[in-house]
Amino acid sequence: MKQFVLAGLFAGAVALPAMADYTIIAPANPGGGWDQTARTMQTVMQEDGISPSVQVQNVPGAGGTIGLAQFASQNSGNDQALIVGGFVMVGAILTNNSPVSLKDVTPIARLTGEYEAVVVPAASPIQDMKGLIEALKVDPGAVSWAGGSAGGTDHIAVGLIAKAAGVDPTKINYIAYSGGGEALAAILGNQVTAGVSSLGEFDAQVKAGTLRLLAVSAPERIAGVEAPTLKESGLDVELQNWRMVAAAPGLNDEQKAKVAADIEKMVKSENWQKQLADKGWSDTYLAGADFEAQLAKDEAATATVLKDIGLVK
Amino acid sequence: MGAFDFLLQGLATAAEPMMLLYALIGVTLGTAVGVLPGIGPALTVALLLPVTYRLDAAGSLIMFAGIYYGGMYGGSTTSILLNTPGESASIITALEGNKMARKGRGGPALATAAIGSFIAGLIATLLLAFLAPWIVKVALVFGPREYFALMVLAFVTVSAAFGDSALRGLTSLFLGLALACVGIDQLTGQARLEFGVPVLLDGIEVTTMAVAMFAVGEALFIAGQRIHIDDELTAVKGSIWMSASDWARSWKPWLRGTFIGFPIGAMPAGGAEIGTFLSYATEKKLSKHPEEFGHGAIEGVAGPEAANNASAAGTLVPLLTLGLPTSATAAIMLAGFQQFGLQPGPLLFATNPTLVWGLIASLLIANFMLLVLNLPLIGLWVKLLTVPKPWLYAGILLFATLGTIGANPSTFELGMLLGFGVLGYGMRLFGYPIAPIVVGLILGPMAEQHLRRALSISQGDWGYLVQSPIAAVLLGIAALALIVPLILRARGKGEMLSQLAGDED
Repeated sequence: MKQFVLAGLFAGAVALPAMADYTIIAPANPGGGWDQTARTMQTVMQEDGISPSVQVQNVPGAGGTIGLAQFASQNSGNDQALIVGGFVMVGAILTNNSPVSLKDVTPIARLTGEYEAVVVPAASPIQDMKGLIEALKVDPGAVSWAGGSAGGTDHIAVGLIAKAAGVDPTKINYIAYSGGGEALAAILGNQVTAGVSSLGEFDAQVKAGTLRLLAVSAPERIAGVEAPTLKESGLDVELQNWRMVAAAPGLNDEQKAKVAADIEKMVKSENWQKQLADKGWSDTYLAGADFEAQLAKDEAATATVLKDIGLVK
Repeated sequence: MGAFDFLLQGLATAAEPMMLLYALIGVTLGTAVGVLPGIGPALTVALLLPVTYRLDAAGSLIMFAGIYYGGMYGGSTTSILLNTPGESASIITALEGNKMARKGRGGPALATAAIGSFIAGLIATLLLAFLAPWIVKVALVFGPREYFALMVLAFVTVSAAFGDSALRGLTSLFLGLALACVGIDQLTGQARLEFGVPVLLDGIEVTTMAVAMFAVGEALFIAGQRIHIDDELTAVKGSIWMSASDWARSWKPWLRGTFIGFPIGAMPAGGAEIGTFLSYATEKKLSKHPEEFGHGAIEGVAGPEAANNASAAGTLVPLLTLGLPTSATAAIMLAGFQQFGLQPGPLLFATNPTLVWGLIASLLIANFMLLVLNLPLIGLWVKLLTVPKPWLYAGILLFATLGTIGANPSTFELGMLLGFGVLGYGMRLFGYPIAPIVVGLILGPMAEQHLRRALSISQGDWGYLVQSPIAAVLLGIAALALIVPLILRARGKGEMLSQLAGDED
């Protein structure tokens, strides 16, 4: 018996340093930000030998909540399963009344993030954020905002801007498109008053002079971007569209630490930094208790603003 | 260096033996994965993109172009042979293509699809190369109201083109529209008709529905007949190549399909399916053999297949000139370009001419490779039809199920496949056409969203819908297409209509 236990311990000790074969769920269709995040993680983890074999599985739908629900129910205690998610998921969980929330998984770290940008077509008479807010105050319905899906980061940003400007958020005329790209076409075609999406979506157009960048949602000015923050424009709004990675529910501390260590190794690698630079994503890595605190703050703020817009009762 | 020099230089690079090999590998992989139903071009490119990273920029681009065009092409083969459309853009191909295949004309159907795709790809790639900056300006004029008008036109022309009984066609269409309401409403984020089932939150997957209706329904129908009536069905009747009359009947639809598909593909919210619907309706209107439609008319394969390949090139217009990915496939391609530091956008043609023209040259080569790969394969594919029927249909069922599970591993999705399969069986049994239900499912949400966006922008003013000249013209054509046949029929001049169609050329 003693030998058996010893053999077991020995096997365990040999098994421990073995690397995990991760499966990453991208709760979205191929091509979107979450899918690309998952596939970039796959590339880096495999190339840098953090994990010998990483699989990416797409489980699309409903702002990531379908993938999240499936992930949480099928992987309890499995320390080789990961899911990519982000700020959009926080809103989608609330608007869809999702039975599964981020409390049902083990958030590991925030990986990347993008700030929101407010733009108008170059031909627009509106010159700055002040002009846009004045128009909004005169008649909120007459200012149409194009952005991504309803209840997503872009919609939340518009709600926050209206609220900060003292305009009734339920009155905003938000035109939801299936993504930043389709919204961009509507803005370029002069179909709407203004547009809100991640800065990266608009960057090339702003540089080419076809869009006017009014403000960004960063806490302070972004290097290389010639636009004031919303705060400078007198609106107390700060918003980051972040992406994160979470592990399965029901992990013990040891398992959790191991996953967190693997992710940290990945984030700190040169390869990851190079991939981020290629894709124009900023590294907003945040892990541990700091991330949990930030997550709780974002969840509370999102719940409030979605109620203000009228999307969540 | 002018644009033409860059293109020649790109072609010279892409025509090196090693590059041709990469192109061949790319189109073979793309076609092979694209053939699986449920795995559309987007997933094909996502799965295979990492393969290209190991090569240098030129080799990588060319393999990638091969995968893209190959993935777009793969869907038509299964549509024609097995009645299982791999993606929504080849649904229309199944309508006539599979009928042809079952009459022993699978060879010509595959050939007209391959050559049509080649010609459309060639013309559309050249249009992309030389006219992209202008086309995109026109495409941007399309706002919600113009799109809505385009959808209305598609509805009118398409429903007129289906079946003999208008009532049955419309019943099927409205069934599709009702099913299209399921899922999260895009504009408010609220769930509709999802009955607490999370999978339904994202609506009913078009490919699941199409595969169920076409393939599963068909298999059940055949099984239900019990008696092997048309067992004498010959897999190959006549030549497996296109006859002179096939050529004569194909070349105009190829060109028309190209010029319908390309601009619609270039529109940021156009979508490849719309082009195939409009092309099918056009061909049925203009054909000298309208009676063959629904029984295997070659025009009905040639036009839509050209249209969907032309729209694949069209999708690259907003991608390269605006940095605007308008489909899932384009979004993955954007990620692919970024690997070489290529930032698509308004400045791309100016800042990165070598890579852009290299890509365009690669697309031309890939297009050519597809033809080289697919024409000899036709003989092999057609053999598939000589498989005894029970085995063939068992194989189709297996294939359809695997594809659905592969695209979305969920038991509910599988249940939907079977449920809609039974519905498809019932509709066949009572003579309802099945294409309109799928068309309704695709067009319904698009039309609804664009209408509501337009009304939201105008703050509820319906007059806004006709105040744009383009929208007004499109709605006008739709109204004419609806009213004129009614008037002519009312005057008992139905024969005149067919005569008019006959006089067309």
